[in-house]
Amino acid sequence: MTTFIDPYASSQETTEGRVYSVTGGDWDSLVTEIGATKEERVVVNMGPQHPSTHGVLRLILELEGETITEARCGIGYLHTGIEKNTEYRNWTQGVTFVTRMDYLSPIFNETAYCLGVEKLLGITKDITERATVLRVMMMEFNRISSHMVALGTGALELGALSPMIFAFREREKVLDIFELVSGLRMNMAYVRPGGVAQDLPEGALSKIKQTVKDLRHNFKDNEKLLVGNSIWIKRTQGIGYLDLAGCTTLGVTGPVLRSTGLAWDLRKAQPYCGYEDYKFDIPTTDTCDVYGRFLIRMQELEQSLRIIEQCVVKLEKLEGQPVMVADKKIAWPSQLSVGADGMGNSLNHIREIMGESMEALIHHFKLVTEGFRVPAGQVYTAIESPRGELGVNLVSDGGTRPYRVHFRDPSFNNLQSTSAMCEGGQISDVVAAVASIDPVMGGVDR
Amino acid sequence: MGLNMGLEEKLPSGFLLTTVEKLAGYMRKNSLWPATFGLACCAIEMMAAGAGRYDLARFGMEVFRASPRQADLMIVAGRVSNKMAPVLRQIYDQMAAPKWSIAMGACASSGGMFNNYAIVQGVDHVIPVDIYLPGCPPRPEMLMDAILKLHEQIGNEKLGANREKIIREVEAAALAAKPTHQLKGLLA
Amino acid sequence: MSEKGMFGVSGSGDTSGFSGLVNSAVLTGSTQRPFGAYFDQVADDLERAYPLFSDAIEKVVVDRGELTLFVKRDRLFDVAKILRNELRFEMCVGVNGVHYPNESGRELHAIYSLLSITRNQRIRLEVCVSDNDPHIPSLVEVWAGTNWHERETYDMFGIIFDNHPGLTRIMMPDDWPGHPQRKDYPLGGIEIEYKGATIPAPSERRSYR
Repeated sequence: MTTFIDPYASSQETTEGRVYSVTGGDWDSLVTEIGATKEERVVVNMGPQHPSTHGVLRLILELEGETITEARCGIGYLHTGIEKNTEYRNWTQGVTFVTRMDYLSPIFNETAYCLGVEKLLGITKDITERATVLRVMMMEFNRISSHMVALGTGALELGALSPMIFAFREREKVLDIFELVSGLRMNMAYVRPGGVAQDLPEGALSKIKQTVKDLRHNFKDNEKLLVGNSIWIKRTQGIGYLDLAGCTTLGVTGPVLRSTGLAWDLRKAQPYCGYEDYKFDIPTTDTCDVYGRFLIRMQELEQSLRIIEQCVVKLEKLEGQPVMVADKKIAWPSQLSVGADGMGNSLNHIREIMGESMEALIHHFKLVTEGFRVPAGQVYTAIESPRGELGVNLVSDGGTRPYRVHFRDPSFNNLQSTSAMCEGGQISDVVAAVASIDPVMGGVDR
Repeated sequence: MGLNMGLEEKLPSGFLLTTVEKLAGYMRKNSLWPATFGLACCAIEMMAAGAGRYDLARFGMEVFRASPRQADLMIVAGRVSNKMAPVLRQIYDQMAAPKWSIAMGACASSGGMFNNYAIVQGVDHVIPVDIYLPGCPPRPEMLMDAILKLHEQIGNEKLGANREKIIREVEAAALAAKPTHQLKGLLA
Repeated sequence: MSEKGMFGVSGSGDTSGFSGLVNSAVLTGSTQRPFGAYFDQVADDLERAYPLFSDAIEKVVVDRGELTLFVKRDRLFDVAKILRNELRFEMCVGVNGVHYPNESGRELHAIYSLLSITRNQRIRLEVCVSDNDPHIPSLVEVWAGTNWHERETYDMFGIIFDNHPGLTRIMMPDDWPGHPQRKDYPLGGIEIEYKGATIPAPSERRSYR
């Protein structure tokens, strides 16, 4: 029998000491080898591909027995260079890049970017109310769908398999609404600088009202499964402790900050998009642990439904208003609809630019090829995404392309707190703590 | 399964005639277990395909095996960065043959919209790919279509000497083929 | 900034052929008092708490409703400590880098965004260093959250933060050469093959600036 040397299953000497690869069925030989070296502490790699690390996150844990003495995160496995890519595209094309950063909350990425661009352009007050209300409604629906993934995959990582199916069932209803309004389930590029891409189709409002009713009824299923569940409580109460001092020095925001008792939500503190006109509460708990964050996310779902209902009432009053800013030198020109050729060109718009108005043709041409120019300056805009404060730093040099786009992603800061939450605990608590932070690695690595 | 119907009609009932290749193909395609390699947005659509509405369990594929040693199919869902590429290769190598792979999404098939320093321009630079699935992200129904096409491919795979013959033919054809930019297309 | 595109377009991107169109970027100068909103209160508090204020702050810019303080790099640590302790800016939201290759001597800017939860205020600190000496004192002792942000700014721009507890690459692989988000680093795409044609990578295509 030839000896087969598995390149991944031998132990090798490296500059950091001996490195062992465990492939299954060889625990005994591993233990005898380690025992021989009298090393008490073992550094374990929960590598980038792992079912429980919530994405391509690498956790490097130094273990003493089952307790963790040091925990570090290795990130960057999803670094896409989105920020540099936007420097080679128009301001409007930047929306399609930026929407793929934090892929569970695409509308939030787009809205933060567009609010920043509009602040640089100085047209924040000129955005029509219908566009603003549409943005708020899509954002709140996105909050629901993002929290559903957070709850479902969080439960999955801890071993509870059914809540994920229930959560994804609700998420599918929200994705149906996204498809109805914007055409796509994810990464929609719906919010554009100046407004939104297109208006609601016929019958959308009644479908939305029906969906809200269904969601409110179905959220109780997940509650019944997990909230009073003694196993869930044992695995999440007292785990992942991070108090207010830790949160503020690490720059952690979102449900993690609200689980310390501080009701800090940018929708109330520094309102944008007309949030000051909506009635909703900010759920907080003061237990600073995984269970508290889980309860906050469940309660935020209900608050989002309240906001959506208020949006629907406003939209019914605002029928017929345009959804793009009036300034023709900025507003995205084409009015989309599925025409006779099935290709999405509105015949009215084509008739106007080809037959009636020379200016409209010129505007369409210049906007689509060159894009609008944004006056030079620097701006920081922040909104409250499901994970915390999503901020965007935009620098413009007066041209048609961004000079620098930097996203302050909430998951980037929140993930820094993993060491603080996990050291001293056990390995299974790491999984619970990371699930409660709910990092989305696309946002962390950008 | 392509049965030889003529002979069976003449024999008493209880017989089924087939070939080893067809039988092996049938067994393999109906119990593919995917390995979790969800990276970015496509991973969420892959999870949605495994969830309640677009059910992958009807193909026996709802068990996403965490360990590559137990998996047959690797669905690379999402953009592969240069830092992640060695990890991808390692996981693929750890899978036991027979193994297949689907490049799900535009970023896995060709680098997608991210034509830059950080993203591997197509996962086929790193691993051999059986099915390329375009989309950004592809709908769960598109993923199921890709899986069904893969099932067809697997069901028709040859074994033994036939397999080696096909592999040699495919390689010769690929070496002799014209590069894409010399073919006649709409841009020429 | 002049760029060359597919059709040999350079300078302003004016394809009319007359090439008389010149666009120059104008960066904002210093704003005079009164600043407006809460910015005057912040500036006054800072002056009171930090007597060397006028020495440390190069210029103050109030633009589009936001306050930016340009701080000299050797005073950055003191100013940051005072902002955290006296002026209650408890949270540093993020550290960002920008590369201005045309501003010789001050090419690399590091931008710190600060948030005060108790007073609901936001300001920004900006530090400018040159390419030849890209050192900035690290603020990890003041706000622990700047740890990863400074690592990312180092990784992407090459700004070295002195006294950082572990300044290594965070986004790119550990042995990656170069700093990707600098303006002199190429976007790095490949040509795209279609049937019958190849399209150049996005950074090489025709540019309408």
